[in-house]
Amino acid sequence: MLNRTNLATLLVVLAFLAVPMAATWLGTNYVITLATRVAIYGIVAVSLDMLVGRGNLVSFGHAAYFGLGGYAVAIASFHLANDVPIFGWSGTNEALIAWPLAMAVAGLAALVIGALSLRTAGVYFIMITLAFAQMLFFLFVALKYYGGDDGLSLSTRNLFAGNRITDSRTFYWICVSALALCVLLSWRILNSRFGMVLRGAAASERRMAALGFPVYRYRLAAFVIAGMMAGLAGALWANQNRFVSPDMLSWVRSGEFLVMVIMGGLSSLVGPVVGAAAFLLIESYLSGATEHWQMIFGPFVLLVAVFAPRGLWGAVRGKDRQ
Amino acid sequence: MSALQLEGLRKSFGSLRATDNVSLGVEDGECHAVIGPNGAGKTTLIGEITGEIAPDAGRISLFGVDVTSWNVPRRALSGLARSFQITQLAPGFTALDNAAFAVQARQGHSFRFIADARKDKRLREPALAALEQVGLADRADRNAEALSHGERRQLELAVALAMQPRLLLLDEPMAGMGPEEGARMVEILRGIKRTMTIVLVEHDMDAVFALADRVSVLVNGAILKTGTPREVRDDARVRDAYLGAGAH
Ligand SMILES: Nc1ncnc2c1ncn2[C@@H]1O[C@H](COP(=O)(O)OP(=O)(O)O)[C@@H](O)[C@H]1O
Ligand SMILES: [Mg+2]
Repeated sequence: MLNRTNLATLLVVLAFLAVPMAATWLGTNYVITLATRVAIYGIVAVSLDMLVGRGNLVSFGHAAYFGLGGYAVAIASFHLANDVPIFGWSGTNEALIAWPLAMAVAGLAALVIGALSLRTAGVYFIMITLAFAQMLFFLFVALKYYGGDDGLSLSTRNLFAGNRITDSRTFYWICVSALALCVLLSWRILNSRFGMVLRGAAASERRMAALGFPVYRYRLAAFVIAGMMAGLAGALWANQNRFVSPDMLSWVRSGEFLVMVIMGGLSSLVGPVVGAAAFLLIESYLSGATEHWQMIFGPFVLLVAVFAPRGLWGAVRGKDRQ
Repeated sequence: MSALQLEGLRKSFGSLRATDNVSLGVEDGECHAVIGPNGAGKTTLIGEITGEIAPDAGRISLFGVDVTSWNVPRRALSGLARSFQITQLAPGFTALDNAAFAVQARQGHSFRFIADARKDKRLREPALAALEQVGLADRADRNAEALSHGERRQLELAVALAMQPRLLLLDEPMAGMGPEEGARMVEILRGIKRTMTIVLVEHDMDAVFALADRVSVLVNGAILKTGTPREVRDDARVRDAYLGAGAH
């Protein structure tokens, strides 16, 4: 059915497909670089929306999993470059090994942090997720061996199924595919039995418990899934920039991720991606004009909040049924 | 074997004794009404049975198993369902969704991530049957918050029935209903009381006398009397404490 939502979704897909052509036409690779970043942050935003939008779990520490994913890839690469491969094994330069590894590391951290944080609710949950993320941030600042404050460079991008992915277009398609996979997976998950429990518990936790759902376990699983997706995004980010730093885990990052999701539109699969795109485009445009770009960006976010309470995507969808 | 056994249950909120040494046995298959003035501690008692409220002292057994230390979902899965005095439905979900939640809960774990739950016949058909049971089938696709007050009360019951419980706790299922809706609710309850054990908290005395096999009168957190409806009605103390003082 061609309602506004489907039409807008189609436009978003077409926009992603048109990026390489646009880059050729404009004669600049910057378009691809920027669009790659949109795809990567889009993954983070989609994963965060699973928690914030669908689960009513406002995690203020999502950057931690993003950063852990990045560091997992960077540290493996660091050891390889310095001839001390982890476990003496050089397979970690292969994306199909390194990226799932990054997801596993982020997922494990999410399991531990989620297990503790999810015992609280509301403001306490926000604060405790933030506190854990800050702990990890300072851990990486203190880890001088891995660059500390200065961060850590990757000597090369990972190989993907044995192939080099240094070409920006190739890498773009990989990131867009990863985003598409994450959106599709989230879509299935949110409509599955699991997703119904997660969303039902957001609507009425008391009701779901009274029906016999151990709500905590389902929330924890969602927390881990979202953490793994953010970890994948972190691995992609590390590859794009061939660099990681504690900045990836900072609370400012976590806040930006929340702004993307809320500005784009909570509880909509495409909204967070649109939010990530809007955020990065505005940032890129304004930060070129002035270093105090946030002075302009702040009021813009306020305007969205006032005039489009369901986010940009909510405004696009109009009266279409949720 | 009794379906529900309460022994020496106590619960205080500050200096207020909401549950004062309550011991009570509900037989398997019985419809047991709990009546009492507002603030007597009826809802608190329901909360303690479901596990939402931890008693200060005492023991709770369901079907011969001590469940005092069990949490809410575990007790629910062992066959306990409740309706809430203040409707607790999931807003943003349809009536059918709400009933389907209950069906899903009793079909084992929900760590199933791919198949669309709303297209799952194993969920939708029993859920629709529960809506039909309370006469809400034509409202299946309405959002829960868009239903009328009476319909929400009916949905509250349908959700509990969809759990197929062995023991059903109903907290004032007719509260705020018009006489017609109330009469209909009595008919529905009359229909299901043969199939499960029911603890019915209700203010409407006609409904209580029409449905209950036995009645317990709760006053100030303590059980004043337990007996057949006739015994309770004829009890002088009960009349002084409650019925005489203008039943609600
Ligand atoms: N969470 C609570 N904190 C403090 N007091 C409470 C709480 N819940 C109930 N009460 C008090 O306990 C008494 C019994 O309440 P309740 O069980 O709701 O009575 P009923 O359902 O019989 O009307 C009332 O006086 C009520 O104000
Ligand atoms: Mg009450």
